[in-house]
Amino acid sequence: MAQWWAGVSETFARCFINEGRYKLLISGIGVTIKVSLLAIVLGMVIGFLIALCNLSKKKPLKIIGKVYTDVIRGTPSVTQLMIIYFVVFATINWAKWIIAAIAFGINSGAYVSEIIRAGILSIDRGQTEAGRSLGLTAKQTMMYIVIPQAVKNIFPAMGNEFITLIKETAIVGYVGLMDIQKAGDFIKSATYEAFMPLVGTAIIYFVLIKLLTIALTKYEAYLRKSEKR
Amino acid sequence: MGKESILEIKNIRKSFKDHEVLKNVSLNVDRGEVVSIIGPSGSGKSTILRCATLLERMDGGTLKYKGDIAASDESGTMVYADRNELKRIRRCFGLVFQSFNLFPHYTVLKNIVEPVVLSGQCDADEAKERAMGLLERLGLEEKAEAYPGKLSGGQKQRVSIARALAMKPEILFFDEPTSALDPELTGEVLKVIKSLAAEHMTMVIVTHEMKFAREVSDRVIFLENGEIHSQGTSEELFASDNERLNAFIGKLEQR
Ligand SMILES: Nc1ncnc2c1ncn2[C@@H]1O[C@H](COP(=O)(O)OP(=O)(O)OP(=O)(O)O)[C@@H](O)[C@H]1O
Ligand SMILES: [Mg+2]
Repeated sequence: MAQWWAGVSETFARCFINEGRYKLLISGIGVTIKVSLLAIVLGMVIGFLIALCNLSKKKPLKIIGKVYTDVIRGTPSVTQLMIIYFVVFATINWAKWIIAAIAFGINSGAYVSEIIRAGILSIDRGQTEAGRSLGLTAKQTMMYIVIPQAVKNIFPAMGNEFITLIKETAIVGYVGLMDIQKAGDFIKSATYEAFMPLVGTAIIYFVLIKLLTIALTKYEAYLRKSEKR
Repeated sequence: MGKESILEIKNIRKSFKDHEVLKNVSLNVDRGEVVSIIGPSGSGKSTILRCATLLERMDGGTLKYKGDIAASDESGTMVYADRNELKRIRRCFGLVFQSFNLFPHYTVLKNIVEPVVLSGQCDADEAKERAMGLLERLGLEEKAEAYPGKLSGGQKQRVSIARALAMKPEILFFDEPTSALDPELTGEVLKVIKSLAAEHMTMVIVTHEMKFAREVSDRVIFLENGEIHSQGTSEELFASDNERLNAFIGKLEQR
């Protein structure tokens, strides 16, 4: 038993302590969070615009929205990431993490747009009609009446999208970014240990997402409470 | 002084797919007039109001408010006025829905104030004053800070009437304002509408409340299958010996 424990702690030290390897993981967490956060924001902005295109009565806008969602949903995110990084931004000298975040934002936008569209359509048509009959413009009705109510319905699905997005960023290693996944992988290669680095990676993602889930659940409960007033 | 025409509907037609819901319906309403529309379910009563309030596009006919053309058919195609003109015309009318359609994310007060402010009628302070005045008049001043979810059906409908009135419409449309209410709550809403009639508010009311229609209306219109079957003052209509009309009224009065 004592011997087993000694073995385990030796491997642990080799994987996470020696040569400051924990620092790799910590900076990896930083990269994952940075990329995810910026991508979430971009995804929401793009998603909102695409949702408006999809809901618009104007034909060209409808087509743009449809093509966008079709293309993004119909291709793997790794392929999208690599095209954005090696083709679209090939000659533009921005920080890697920003380019990666743009790629994930573009990807997430397609899914967010569907969530927002469904959320807006879930609001009773009578709300729009009341707004219009009270002299609000179509835009005002959308902004002041429909969207504030849709946000509450959208929230759970949006939370899921954030979580999916964070997990999706585990492919940024393909464009040379050292995120959590890539750090784990790097330690695996350097130490010839598979179990600890990979399970360690999984645990870090799990904790990160658990924390986010708790925060989202709390916030959702808060929204529900304010709705019942 | 002659009568001032507020609403002029001429020969409007409306179909959903190949189902012709309105066939050449015409209706004029002068200032101060109270017109009730009665008729069986599916006869097109709501559709008339929805066309008149620009919620539904019509397929033919003319719609005018105070002489200004909102929509008319020119050689077979409907032409609606431009956006600014329609925005101006929308100010002429208000609509009270069967299902209230209060904004659940706003307090009662904000339900009334926000549209007034957003449509640029006046600033927030004035709108608030106007709203409080209306709430007081309708006996709802303690509910100003409540959310619609906490109100009874009758209170909700009174708030929605206040909300429509705050826009100072020249004509107010009601689509079955008491149909979603428990019977014991209809009275408080009908009382409000009667008090508006006493002040000569111009109104078009779709209702199944025959006794109320009879008391409140200057004119009653009986709609059937998308056509005006008969119309007249409430005395005329309710004393009519028309079989179809009597059958309809009799059925409702028995309830
Ligand atoms: N958006 C729509 N699409 C298709 N058909 C519709 C639509 N709105 C109304 N109709 C049809 O038009 C007809 C008239 O409807 P309308 O709502 O005007 O009747 P109503 O007289 O108000 O009836 P009720 O007393 O039940 O409210 C009905 O047969 C209805 O099914
Ligand atoms: Mg109806």
